[in-house]
Amino acid sequence: MRCGDFKTTYTADMTIFESRSARVMLGIFLCVLFSLPLYTPGYLLDIINRIGIAVIGAIGLNILTGFTGQISLGNAAFMAIGAFSCGYLGTKFNMPFYFSIPLAGLITATFGMFVGIPSLRIKGLYLAMATLAAHFIVEFLVVKWESVTGGVAGLTVPTPKLGSFAIDSDARLFVLIFVIAIMAVLFAKNLFRTKVGKAFVAIRDQAISAEVMGVNIVKYKLLSFGISSFYVGVAGALIAFHAKIISPETFPVTVAIDYLGMIIIGGLGSILGSIYGAIFITLLPEILRMVTTSLSGSFPELVNKLAAMKELVFGMLVIIFLIFEPNGMASRWHNIKNYWKLYPFSH
Amino acid sequence: MDVTFFLQLFINGLVVGSIYALVATGFVIIYKATSALNLAQGEFLMVGAYICLNLLSKHQIPFWQAILITFAFSALLGVIIERLILRPLIGSHLISVIMVTLGLSSILKALIQLAYGTDTIPFPEVFPSAPVQIGPIPVSQGYLYAIGCVTILVALLTSFFKYSKTGMAMRATASSQQVSLSMGISVKKMFAISWAIAAIVSSMGGILLGTIRGGIDMSLSFMGLKVLPVVILGGLDSILGAIVGGLIIGILENFSGGYIDPMVGGGAKEVAPYIALILILMFKPYGLFGKKKIERV
Repeated sequence: MRCGDFKTTYTADMTIFESRSARVMLGIFLCVLFSLPLYTPGYLLDIINRIGIAVIGAIGLNILTGFTGQISLGNAAFMAIGAFSCGYLGTKFNMPFYFSIPLAGLITATFGMFVGIPSLRIKGLYLAMATLAAHFIVEFLVVKWESVTGGVAGLTVPTPKLGSFAIDSDARLFVLIFVIAIMAVLFAKNLFRTKVGKAFVAIRDQAISAEVMGVNIVKYKLLSFGISSFYVGVAGALIAFHAKIISPETFPVTVAIDYLGMIIIGGLGSILGSIYGAIFITLLPEILRMVTTSLSGSFPELVNKLAAMKELVFGMLVIIFLIFEPNGMASRWHNIKNYWKLYPFSH
Repeated sequence: MDVTFFLQLFINGLVVGSIYALVATGFVIIYKATSALNLAQGEFLMVGAYICLNLLSKHQIPFWQAILITFAFSALLGVIIERLILRPLIGSHLISVIMVTLGLSSILKALIQLAYGTDTIPFPEVFPSAPVQIGPIPVSQGYLYAIGCVTILVALLTSFFKYSKTGMAMRATASSQQVSLSMGISVKKMFAISWAIAAIVSSMGGILLGTIRGGIDMSLSFMGLKVLPVVILGGLDSILGAIVGGLIIGILENFSGGYIDPMVGGGAKEVAPYIALILILMFKPYGLFGKKKIERV
């Protein structure tokens, strides 16, 4: 029976999978995941697709906010930039999706690094406000720059095509989204085993000390903004393909708040937490919808108040997590696992 | 250039700006005392407006009494929120505090929406509506009353902070919590009072906005975000800055609405304060009156 860490090498300490069974479990999980489109009904698959997109966006935000400690309220704007660049590249230049998605990510990354420049002088709450302002400015530009974004009417995004194979159904989109999502998770997981990722964490924990230790703050803060925005931009591009029509209203400021909620509830500074949070927040309105429709017999007025109910529950969850479990679901899960690992001899 | 048009915009800006100044004052009081960034300030304003509306139209209570009851309720709300939500988070990371106020704003917005729906509800007319002629331009009396109310409230607040014992204790807390604790000031109590005052001044802003606009709806909550450029311009920890900043941003907003909107087809009025915010952060990050922070290891 294991009752502690007995790691003797750095390699063992840095390993992603602690044991072989974890590797096997992940393999089984992936098999089950990719067999989902075979037997899952359309609506459920649509929700799962949205979860996949949210996972990518939440990991992106977590890289910036959870790991580097830079608060961003401009997430929805970054997403909009990714979505509209992807849509524009697709409609105007007929660019296939395997070029337009990374390119949309790069465009967003460039913009993100530009927005990140103030973070070199200001920090914390000033940065929160600057990114919020950036959100409103981007929203304004998206509405006004009609030749690119289609203005208020929105932009119709062409169906992604792989040669002559159209990715038009939920099941085909599922494969696209989850292949990207798994790449995103893998990259993020490995990022924090490298020098770059460790520099991010050092900046979060104590920026001045990090600088004294030789971490180039300017470079790594901008890099963090860049990588994070790349993720968010890719998520935006996938939203474009998923929604098919995107307009400025697709990306309101509440989207940014939702994503912040995901990483808070899931766990700041945890890749696994981003995934839990993304699943949880995406499912929340669906669960509420199920509950209200089942109760609609006795409380018929509930159905009309679904949006407000979602806001209410969301706000309460965020507050409850912040007060009682500030490290999120990931840490709670970790604790439960450890408790049972040593049961009944846990201290 | 049309002088009448210019003056009209200027006066509109002044009125809206004075309300921004009020809400920003609440924001600054909380920030100074507890160093929490309250992004739910706009929801305080909205809740105040809805409570006052309820008192006025449902219970037919005279305006001045309704204001006092609204104040009492807002103060209670502020204290409860501080006690239940903010106090457990004292000393935690900045993002937690920001996020908790965002969660709070979600809850308040949802509660108002559940109770009143999303439609605009007409606000009873409390000030005489006949416009007064000031120079060449007619000014609605409601505007004058609004500016009057704001001036009185700000004067009251200033004297409270300057002369009353509690006010002085609050200033002491803002300047150093440890020293004030050792002087026998209950810092926790000061935190609660700050939240109460912030809620009160915001609810006043909400009531005034309701009377000026003639109707209230959920969009009132956006006022909370409009306050951010104001406090950045004025300096996050300066009440004087909040007032000056509020007036400037209000005027700026109306001028860009009057002169730039026709050129770009709308929207400039809403976005101008945020562009100002970015520019201020680039060139003068601590605002007009803010205290410069010097960081040492």
